[in-house]
Amino acid sequence: MSNVILQANHLVKTYTQRSGKFGFSTTLVRALDDVSVSLTEGKTLAVVGESGSGKSTLARCLLQLQPLDSGEVLFAGQDLAKLSGNDLRVVRKNLQMVFQDPFASLNPRMRVGEIVGEGLLIHEIGKASERQQKVIAMLKRVGLTEADMQKYPHEFSGGQRQRVGIARALILQPKVVVCDEPVSALDVSIQAQILLLLKELQAEMALSYVFISHDLRVVRHIADEIVVMNRGKVVEQGEVEDIYQYPQHEYTQNLLAAIPGKKTVNA
Amino acid sequence: MTAEMKKACPLLQLLHVSISPKKMPTRLLVNDVSFSIDAGKTTCVVGESGSGKSLTALSVMGLLSKQLQLNTGNIIFNDGASGEQDLTSLDEVRLRKIRGAKIAMIFQEPMTSLNPVLTVGYQIGESLTVHLGLKGDALKSKIANLLTMVGIPTSRANSYPDELSGGQRQRVMIAMSIACEPRLLIADEPTTALDVTVQAQILKLLDELKSRMNMGMLFITHDFGVVADIADNVVVMFRGEIVESGTKDEVLGNPQHPYTRALLDCVPDAEGKKPLKPIDYAWLKEGKAA
Repeated sequence: MSNVILQANHLVKTYTQRSGKFGFSTTLVRALDDVSVSLTEGKTLAVVGESGSGKSTLARCLLQLQPLDSGEVLFAGQDLAKLSGNDLRVVRKNLQMVFQDPFASLNPRMRVGEIVGEGLLIHEIGKASERQQKVIAMLKRVGLTEADMQKYPHEFSGGQRQRVGIARALILQPKVVVCDEPVSALDVSIQAQILLLLKELQAEMALSYVFISHDLRVVRHIADEIVVMNRGKVVEQGEVEDIYQYPQHEYTQNLLAAIPGKKTVNA
Repeated sequence: MTAEMKKACPLLQLLHVSISPKKMPTRLLVNDVSFSIDAGKTTCVVGESGSGKSLTALSVMGLLSKQLQLNTGNIIFNDGASGEQDLTSLDEVRLRKIRGAKIAMIFQEPMTSLNPVLTVGYQIGESLTVHLGLKGDALKSKIANLLTMVGIPTSRANSYPDELSGGQRQRVMIAMSIACEPRLLIADEPTTALDVTVQAQILKLLDELKSRMNMGMLFITHDFGVVADIADNVVVMFRGEIVESGTKDEVLGNPQHPYTRALLDCVPDAEGKKPLKPIDYAWLKEGKAA
């Protein structure tokens, strides 16, 4: 049995939504309804589901970017949900996130060098010159150049921006990276590049990924284990092979049947 | 119209279409593009962003932005009733009679392409009033028919776009576009913003409508899975030029151009058998050297 690096138990998160005439009454929406997942060290756990199934809420709750109603998130024996302020910030060095929209998740007024190096500054790692060296090394690792440090995000294409996002997440050498639909805004031709980059970096830096996606074709290539979510609940989880070969739950079967490209092509 | 005539003249023919910015006529965004669409068939245009696939579609509708111009080329539309018409030479008034009535378009973003302050029923009815002069009860029942056809309860005709889900909004867009039973439907990435299960439903719906109404369809996408599901013919575009075109089986089953092969190679498959490969532009250099 390999090590579990991040464990979430019985997570519950509800949102209130205005409803009724003029929005006078409210209804509770259960975005996470008793969700438990665990991430094994060095592996990729994919969370799949349709929009509104709660997968992005799960991602944000794992990193405590949103407060939980109840439940616990265990990282290295600590319950993140109970930590506050400074303690949480220290732990977060090991928990990073790559966001979905490479156009919205980079500050347009900061240079790429500042964006990538900000984490080092906050955690007060190294001297200014050392920080700069680290930023350059990281940018080079994700396929950008030293000259790109001085540029602003709008000067880059979607794929390059996502590389910046990855560099920003990895510069602190985290243990766990949560990727929220990292390739869904990109062209197919760029998708494969970014997925391969993520895989390489995982092997190099011993990263564990939580990979949120709605594209089952992408998930097949990157995941080790899968969690299928529907309406805030986990309907099925298991190894990639098992889920794709023998989906048990009707919802999973529907999802798999809906993958386009089932019709065969006669050469 | 007889069957022979149909074969002789395709529904839509693009002949040597080139598009450039007005201020830089030498910078061709779409370069010498020619293909044709037959009634009852689906032609998919595939390519990366920036390959000119959306511009090609917009030029058919005469909806190019003011900064762009059609340099050369003819777009011949033949719906059988009024003979061959060159859409590039028509004035705005006559173009307006064709838009929505004979050629309709579904846009990419169902979230932004509906008017938020008008009910969906009104928006579907608008083209019926303009082109067919329908009013009152006749209009209402036609709108109800259209909503049923795309699988939305007729009571939702009085809903505003924000009260519908993404999939429902795209269905409303489809209902709007097929309202006047157009001969040609242009769909610009109609399912890119949708969930897979909803995408499968929408594709099935479009395919059914196409067969039932014998529409020609110009379908723009970058998803080869979608292409395999619905296309009859495929056109592959790269940097404004057509690099390969042919039937679906020819292009997907036996791609000739290195770019088509590279693009197909980087599409992940659901079985996970194929190794993931980044796109390979090596052929570009080879082409230049030769």
